[in-house]
Amino acid sequence: MANVQFTLDGKPVSVDAEPDMPLLYALRNDLGLNNPHFGCGLAQCGACTVQLDGQALRSCVTPLSAVQGKTVTTLKGLGTPAKPHPIQQAYIEEQVPQCGYCVNGWIMTAAAFLAANPRASDAQIREALAGLKCRCGTHLSIMRAIKRAQALMTRPEHA
Amino acid sequence: MDDAHSQPLSRREFLLASGALIISTVGATGSLALAQGAAAKLVPSPEQLDSWLAILPDGTAEAFFGKMDMGQGLEVAIAQIVADELDLGVEQVVVRMGDTATTCNQGGASGSTGVSLGARPLRNAAAEARRILLSRAAAVLDAPLDQLSVTRGVITVAGGKAQSATYADLIGGKHFDSALEWNKSVGNFMDVKGQAKPKAQQDYRLVGQSIPRRDVAGKIFGSDDYVTDIRVPGMLHARMVRAPRAGSTIASVNADSIRNARVVREGEFLAVVAEREWDAIQAARALEVQWAAPADDPFPGTDGLHDHIRGASVLKREDAMRSGDPEAAFKRAARIIEAQYEWPLQSHASMGPACAVADVRPDTATVWTGSQKPHSTRDGVAKLLGLPSEKVRGVWVMGPGSYGRNDAGDAALDAAYLSKLTGRPIRVQGMRADGTAWDPKGAACVHRARAGLDAAGKVIAYEFIAKGLSRVNVMFNESDPRDCLAGMSLGMPLNPGAGLGTPAESYGFESKLLAWEVVPALLERCSPLRTSHLRDPLGPEVHFGSEQFVDEIAHATGTDPVAFRLEYIRAARDAAVVKAAAEKAGWSARRPATRSARALHAKVLTGRGLAYAQRADTVVAVVAEIEVYPREGRIWARKFTVAHDCGLIINPKSLRQTIEGNVVQGLSRTLFEEVRFDRNTVTSVDWASYPILEMRDAPEAIDIVLINSTDVAPSGAGEPTMRCIPAAVANAFFDATGVRLRRVPLSAERVKAALAKA
Repeated sequence: MANVQFTLDGKPVSVDAEPDMPLLYALRNDLGLNNPHFGCGLAQCGACTVQLDGQALRSCVTPLSAVQGKTVTTLKGLGTPAKPHPIQQAYIEEQVPQCGYCVNGWIMTAAAFLAANPRASDAQIREALAGLKCRCGTHLSIMRAIKRAQALMTRPEHA
Repeated sequence: MDDAHSQPLSRREFLLASGALIISTVGATGSLALAQGAAAKLVPSPEQLDSWLAILPDGTAEAFFGKMDMGQGLEVAIAQIVADELDLGVEQVVVRMGDTATTCNQGGASGSTGVSLGARPLRNAAAEARRILLSRAAAVLDAPLDQLSVTRGVITVAGGKAQSATYADLIGGKHFDSALEWNKSVGNFMDVKGQAKPKAQQDYRLVGQSIPRRDVAGKIFGSDDYVTDIRVPGMLHARMVRAPRAGSTIASVNADSIRNARVVREGEFLAVVAEREWDAIQAARALEVQWAAPADDPFPGTDGLHDHIRGASVLKREDAMRSGDPEAAFKRAARIIEAQYEWPLQSHASMGPACAVADVRPDTATVWTGSQKPHSTRDGVAKLLGLPSEKVRGVWVMGPGSYGRNDAGDAALDAAYLSKLTGRPIRVQGMRADGTAWDPKGAACVHRARAGLDAAGKVIAYEFIAKGLSRVNVMFNESDPRDCLAGMSLGMPLNPGAGLGTPAESYGFESKLLAWEVVPALLERCSPLRTSHLRDPLGPEVHFGSEQFVDEIAHATGTDPVAFRLEYIRAARDAAVVKAAAEKAGWSARRPATRSARALHAKVLTGRGLAYAQRADTVVAVVAEIEVYPREGRIWARKFTVAHDCGLIINPKSLRQTIEGNVVQGLSRTLFEEVRFDRNTVTSVDWASYPILEMRDAPEAIDIVLINSTDVAPSGAGEPTMRCIPAAVANAFFDATGVRLRRVPLSAERVKAALAKA
């Protein structure tokens, strides 16, 4: 057992668990968060994605010990209904999700990507989203939402 | 008002519908007690209006719906329909779904019938509620019925009388205590009628509008529960342990090989349970089991599957459609065209493996499930545990995707049995291989197609015979434990069904035979390759063959594929979608590419293809426009055009997105998906070994023409488009290359091999 402390969605947290336990189980079972999902446990789908210091990260294969002292952001910490992240706002306006189990992967990955590449082309966006799965087939809605978010994020008042 | 109407509506339902609320309110102390406290029984009676609809103290309504919205916008569609009948705003109607304690058994999500069949009793119940409320208002307001009108639940009198009455005043928080006439059907066809007649289509205000869905924000902010998020105090985490080689039985289990977890076993039913989930996962991996393999390997291997099917005995055959005298007509044909098409086993491969939580007590049980048929879950769990159905409560909570009989039904019964054996609430979740290698599979099949032409090129004989593994080797729901891994591993007798499917179209070929033949399962008990319903069962499978074959006949007769279809299609709505899709896509008759070796060395080739099909009363035509990259073997279907007629449209935006999902999932199944296996083990176990479509291969555009046949009852959209996708793409490939691909998936490997042979 180890004690691991990090910042989760803006708040300091502390977990006592095996250091090699994947972060996902600490988030879900020790810290009571629901939104990062188990999809494959193999970093092949994205359903468990969070951000570590602003970079998209698959929590299902990241040992808990790797986040010691770092900042973890989940979908819940990305934005709120009162103050949504532009991608969340765009996702709602486009009514993207069907079952919705995959959204952590797409939103957390796209948010990190657009922050670094605000003017990415369609082809670059498609490439940046490689490795993410959506079984319901909402891919066109996802692209519409990301482009809508891109427009929101590159407005002068947002820059 | 008489006394019967003044009973307070201390309604079981109001508290019970949200998973989170159930847990915090009820905990492990027995949710049945709460449910029973108010309503006395756990199975609502279809014959009571109160089972379908409640008016709350604030005048808003709750509709109790025995089907589920799997994310395609059904919830808001039902709200639109109910709100229109009741003259409420759509935001004044909440739809409660999928809790067997509060909803009648309408069959769950099934066959794209959410609106077409599922909305009927709710529409009738809402109309009856409105009739009762208006008659009470007439008495209270002392005004004739025909002078009353309702807006947002406020009833006013025409002609300037200032008084008004509200639904809240008239019945808010109280029961209707009014009977309905029930057609005695349980499942999809359940219907009820009151004295009221529902509104005519032209009086709808909300039906037909793109009202936004109400389940989106909860998913985007991570605030709504999935079944994976249900936590019951005192619960243990479990993982099932399945035989690595199919058909093996347990010789011995070394219970000392795991730590912080323990083995639970009865017969071949084997699991590990632990207080902590990570311990359960590690224990399931570490557990030492000696398996006894069967004498003979059960499977033919992926590449031997279709030859196996061709040569297998026929368990059951059905000539689904026969007209004229096909045998005689083939004999006098001047020319016969033949082809065979092959479809692989496919996995539901839901976004996450199934999860279920069960809390089994001596006399009662509650199961939280992502299954799209929680009433079936209830019935299956009851039979497994030996409890009466009314002592079991199934609660649907959104799962990680559901497209038919996936692994959710198995997980629910596993959880229930583990809870019974351990005396603790159980949360069981699969690992990735449980969702890919161990879910019931979509049926593999081989289609034999034959057409006889006369000297003038007219089709005088046509035959299409689908032969394959049964679509119901295990039943398409889990209402019987014999159809689930739990029941099978406990040694229950088997319960295989035999069924397949045939094309749904209106081609008026003079003599015509459409038939199916089912072959025996590869392995009957606890098979990872057992087959059942996968979204649009047999739709993509058979139409990949039949709609490609129609193109082959058109080509053989030198006819444009659209013109050929229009020549033979007999139903006007069918012809209308074919014309609409072709027109929207800018279709013009031209000859397909010829097999010039030089052309096949181009960097990119382009082509377009069309397919059309019926499903129930819905008709769809799809044009695919694709690019073929011969060197990579890649097919990129850049654009689809869909013409879709599903009768009266309830919500155009939800409909469009449902169609898009069909196109993309259908494209994924066409290009990438095949469950692979060797002679005893499924080797498609994750997303690397069972790839699905990713963003790179998603279409750039899906152009949709919605035909709103307002005089035709809504007929379903959750599946029909999918069946057109495989043949549309394959026909486009032929248009681009002059080469036919008759086996799915149209993978890079197969594309390269087919082009190399050309």
